[in-house]
Amino acid sequence: MSSPIPDPIEAGLARGWKVIDGAAQARDLALSADVVIVGSGAGGGVTAEILALAGLSVILVEEGALKSSRDFKMREAEAYPALYQESAARKTLDKGVNILQGRTVGGSTTINWTSSFRTPPETLAFWREHYALEGYTPDALAPWFARMEARLHIEDWPTPPNENNEALRRGAARLGIPTGLIRRNVKGCWNLGYCGMGCPTNAKQSMLVSTIPAALDHGATLLTRARAERFVIHGERVEALDCTLLGANGITANGRRARLQARHWVLAGGAINSPALLLRSNAPDPSGLLGKRSFLHPTLVSAAIFPQRVDGYAGAPQSVYSDHFLHTQAIDGPLGYKLEAPPLHPVLLATTMAGFGSAHAEMMRQFPRLGGMLALLRDGFHQDARGGSVRLNGDGSPVLDYPLNDPIWDGARRALLSMAEIQFAAGARGVQVAHESAPRYATWPEAKQGIGALPYRLHAVRVASAHVMGGCMMSGDAKGVTDPDGRYHGLLNLSVHDGSLFPTSIGANPQLSIYGIVARLASNLAVALGGQTTQAPMAAEV
Amino acid sequence: METHRRTFLKASAVAALVLAAGGGLYPLTRPAQAQPFVLDGEARAALHAIVPALLDGALPADPTQRARAITATTERVHQTILGLPLATQQEIQDLFGLLALSPARRLLAGVAPAWGEAGEEEVAAFLQDWRTHGLALLRTAYQALHDLVLGAWYSDPAHWAAIAYPGPPEALS
Repeated sequence: MSSPIPDPIEAGLARGWKVIDGAAQARDLALSADVVIVGSGAGGGVTAEILALAGLSVILVEEGALKSSRDFKMREAEAYPALYQESAARKTLDKGVNILQGRTVGGSTTINWTSSFRTPPETLAFWREHYALEGYTPDALAPWFARMEARLHIEDWPTPPNENNEALRRGAARLGIPTGLIRRNVKGCWNLGYCGMGCPTNAKQSMLVSTIPAALDHGATLLTRARAERFVIHGERVEALDCTLLGANGITANGRRARLQARHWVLAGGAINSPALLLRSNAPDPSGLLGKRSFLHPTLVSAAIFPQRVDGYAGAPQSVYSDHFLHTQAIDGPLGYKLEAPPLHPVLLATTMAGFGSAHAEMMRQFPRLGGMLALLRDGFHQDARGGSVRLNGDGSPVLDYPLNDPIWDGARRALLSMAEIQFAAGARGVQVAHESAPRYATWPEAKQGIGALPYRLHAVRVASAHVMGGCMMSGDAKGVTDPDGRYHGLLNLSVHDGSLFPTSIGANPQLSIYGIVARLASNLAVALGGQTTQAPMAAEV
Repeated sequence: METHRRTFLKASAVAALVLAAGGGLYPLTRPAQAQPFVLDGEARAALHAIVPALLDGALPADPTQRARAITATTERVHQTILGLPLATQQEIQDLFGLLALSPARRLLAGVAPAWGEAGEEEVAAFLQDWRTHGLALLRTAYQALHDLVLGAWYSDPAHWAAIAYPGPPEALS
C-alpha cells in the first residue's frame, strides 16, 4: 500500500530542488558555488541552512543516497546497507570496535536514536583548561543550543518510557542511582521505535527533513552518491574538489567524476571521513595532529532476561539515562560512563551478543523478554588517553586505528558490573553481558563475581560505538588542527564543521553539541563571507 | 595438560607458517584493484558447512526444510558481503581463500575432511576454537562469520515468528 505519510523530499523535488544524483550521470560534472560543504550530517546540514539563508550559493556533497520516509521500511536488511557506513559493520583497524555511522543524506542524524544533550559543562571546562577554548563556556553556547533546540523541536519527551528504558530507571532507583529523561528532536512522534532505520513518519527532526530542505528551498544544490576524493591544493588555498561518482549500488564508481570549485570550503564528513579526505589530499598539517586524537565513546552492552515482556524494539529507543558514573570520579581519573538503553532489533541483537548455536538460538527465543543496556565510556580525558588515529587503506578508504588500552578495559569491567547490578535490581532473572567468555548469570552475586573475573582484552569484550569525535582537533593556542572558529590551520579557505573538531569525546550523545557549536561557527562564517545577516532559521510550520 | 599445551603450541607454530605462506601467496593472485567478492568451489562449501554450526537450534528440524534454509542463508550471506565496501569484500575473499586451502582447513581449523564431508560438531569445535584463539586474525575471522551468518538469518522476516518478533507496523512497512 502507499504510505499515508506526506513525503517532504518528494514535494521538494516537485518544487524544483536542485538535486543531482551522481549515480545517474552519464558525463563528468563541473560545478561551482560560493561554498562547497562536504557531508550532509549534523554539521553539514546546519551549515547549509545558515549559509543558504544568508544568500550564499551552496553545494552540499554527500556520499550516500537521498532517501526519504517512503524508503524507510523499518527493516534491518534494507536499512543497514542503504543508510550506514559499511552496512553498519564499519570496524576499527584491529576490529576491536564496531562503529555505527550514517551514510545517507542527513548523515547519522537520519539514523540516530534522537537523544539530545547539550555539551556537558565539565567537558567544556576541560576544553577551556587544556585546549585554550575560552569562548566555549556554557553561557556563551547557551543561545546557540537554544536556537538549535527550537529549530529541531528538541524538547522534553512527555510519553512514558518503554519498558526497556523503564528498567534502567527502576533498577537505578532501587539502588539510589539518579536517572534523567532524555530530550528528543521529534515533532509528532508515533513512538514506533525504528529511529535507527530512518524515521518512517518524518517525526524525527533530522537534517533530512529540516535544514537540508530549507537550504534547498533557498537555492542550494545537493550532489549525492559523490565520494569526495581529494582537494586540489595550491599553496594555502583549496582550489577544487575532485569527486568520484558512485554507481546505484553506492559501492563501485560509475566511471564519472565531478570537479567542484568554491571560494570557501566546509568539511563536515564526520570524524573518520573528514580527516581522511585531508590526508588523501596531502593537506598541510602544521600541528602534526591531523587525523590524530580521534575519540569514540567505547560502548559496552549488557542484555537481561525479564519475566515480563519488554518488547525492546517498540517505543522511543532512548528516553532514560544516568550520568551517575560520570561523576563518581575525577574527569581525568578512571573512565566514567553514561548509561542508556539501546533499541533491540533482531540483527542488532543477534550480532552484538556473543556465542552461536543452540545457546544463541535460546537467547534469541527470549527476544520479547530481553532488555538491553549500554554504557558509553567517556574517552579522551585520562592522561593515558591517546584515542585513535585515522589511516588510509591502499585504496584510499579510511580506517580508524583505535587501540583499546588498560583504562578502557578498566572502565569496561566497571561498566558491565554497574549494568548487571541495575538489571538485577530492575527484576531481571538473568544477565548476559556482551563478552565471549561470559555465561548467563542468574543472580547479582554470581554476576559480580563472574564479571569481575572475566578477561578484558581485544575481541573478548564486544565493544561498539555510535559516536566518533576528534581528528581535526580545535585549540585556541595554535596547537590544534583547527582554531576555535573551525578554521583549518594551513589552509585559508577551509573550515571544519563537524564532530572532528572536538578535542575529547563529549561524554554524551554528540548530535546537539554539533548542532549548537556549528550553528555558531556557520553564522560567523556567513558574515565573514559577506552573507546577509538573517534571522535565526526556524522550523517551517507543517 | 602439559601434552595438550605442547600440542597447542606446535599447532600455533604450524598455523603461523600456513598464514605466512597464505599471506605470501595472496598478493601474487590478488588484483591491484579490489574486486567484488566471489563465492565458489571450496569457499562456498566452507560457508555451507559453517552456516548450520552457527545456526544450530535455529534451523528447522525437517531435513528438507533444513537443507533449503542452509542454502538460502548461504546465499543471503553472499548478498550481504556484496553490499560491503570493496576493501572489506577483499578481506572476506582472503578469509574464504584461506578456508578453501586444505592445509589451512586441517591445521588452522582442525577440520580433516573436506568441507562438504565435515560433521557439524567438528565445525562447531573449530568455531569455538577460533572464538578465543591466540591469533587475532582467527578471532576476527570468527566474529566476521558470526555476524554475517547470524545477521543474515535474523534479517529474514521468515525467521521472526520463531523469536516472537511481530515485525514493524505493517501499515508503514
